Amino acid sequence: MSRPVSYNVKVKPLESDISMAEMPEGHQGEGFFATSFDKVIGLARKNSIWPLPFATSCCGIEFMATMGSHYDLGRFGAERVGFSPRQCDLLMVMGTIAKKMGPVVKQVYLQMAEPRWVIAVGACASSGGIFDTYSVLQGIDQIVPVDVYVPGCPPRPEAILDGFMRIQDLVGKESLRRRNSEKYKELLESYGIQ
Amino acid sequence: MALTNDIVKQKLTEKFGEQVTNFIEPYGLLTFEAPKELNLKVLNFLYDDEELKFRFLTDLCAVHYPDQKGRELAVVYHLHNMQDNIRVRFKVVTDINQPDVYTATGLFSSANWMERETYDFFGVNFIGHPNLKRILNVDEMEYFPLRKEYPLEDQVRIDKDDEMFGRG
Repeated sequence: MSRPVSYNVKVKPLESDISMAEMPEGHQGEGFFATSFDKVIGLARKNSIWPLPFATSCCGIEFMATMGSHYDLGRFGAERVGFSPRQCDLLMVMGTIAKKMGPVVKQVYLQMAEPRWVIAVGACASSGGIFDTYSVLQGIDQIVPVDVYVPGCPPRPEAILDGFMRIQDLVGKESLRRRNSEKYKELLESYGIQ
Repeated sequence: MALTNDIVKQKLTEKFGEQVTNFIEPYGLLTFEAPKELNLKVLNFLYDDEELKFRFLTDLCAVHYPDQKGRELAVVYHLHNMQDNIRVRFKVVTDINQPDVYTATGLFSSANWMERETYDFFGVNFIGHPNLKRILNVDEMEYFPLRKEYPLEDQVRIDKDDEMFGRG
């Protein structure tokens, strides 16, 4: 017996308009709006992140779903997935990184222009996951600095979206001088960069 | 007359006498052993003999037996006679402190890749191999990972649940 088909005909109203970015804090009056440079640039950056997918396994499949129409990463301003590190802002490492592939990840990271962010999606990219063995890198934070870790094996698209929104928070709130600071230089130094 | 395991065994015994030992036939696959110095002689004989014609090297690998002192590493050759469709398995064993075995690259070009892999994972030193260096693992690796001398996991890790990784 065939299963009765039910169509979803209920119209669900949007809780908030996701295509509009929130206005930063500032002073406004008739014909002017004043805010700090940090906030405007942060606003622009966080809503136009170009991700660079570095997908090696099942987390990459979940990312494909995340980019698809159902979950649609494009809603967050990340429609444009770049496949050239030189144009991208966000390195998304999804999947097991073998020790032999470590230098490749690092080179891709080095080829990205500042400011750049890194998200480690899934247990393998974050910690090596179940592959506690001689051939697998135990987390990509051994070779490049990571901003956000998404747990899961593999994480659902919702989790990847959540991780992406946390990256957006970081990007939006980042001080314009952070990348010139001593602390940031020390961080890169600890990874042997520059 | 079709070639059988018995004929292979008989021919090997005729040629090498007592030096070829440990004939067994698990699942019908004739398996035997020879001293490691004789490995090329045996392989050549199996290759050249007009009746045997084992001219295809299916696989070459190694096994580590940590409990057998002086015979820790076994190098295993799988050979195939394509005409009579008969396979044999030929083993040589070596001491792990001096894992020198003559290379089969002169006889089988396919041994080049497989001997490099065997060196990479077990540290078998194939004498005469044209390019014996790591092939699958990172070049900086300082050990041979498939030897049973090393714990599978990193014992000092604390960020992974010990129970899940069998060290609880």
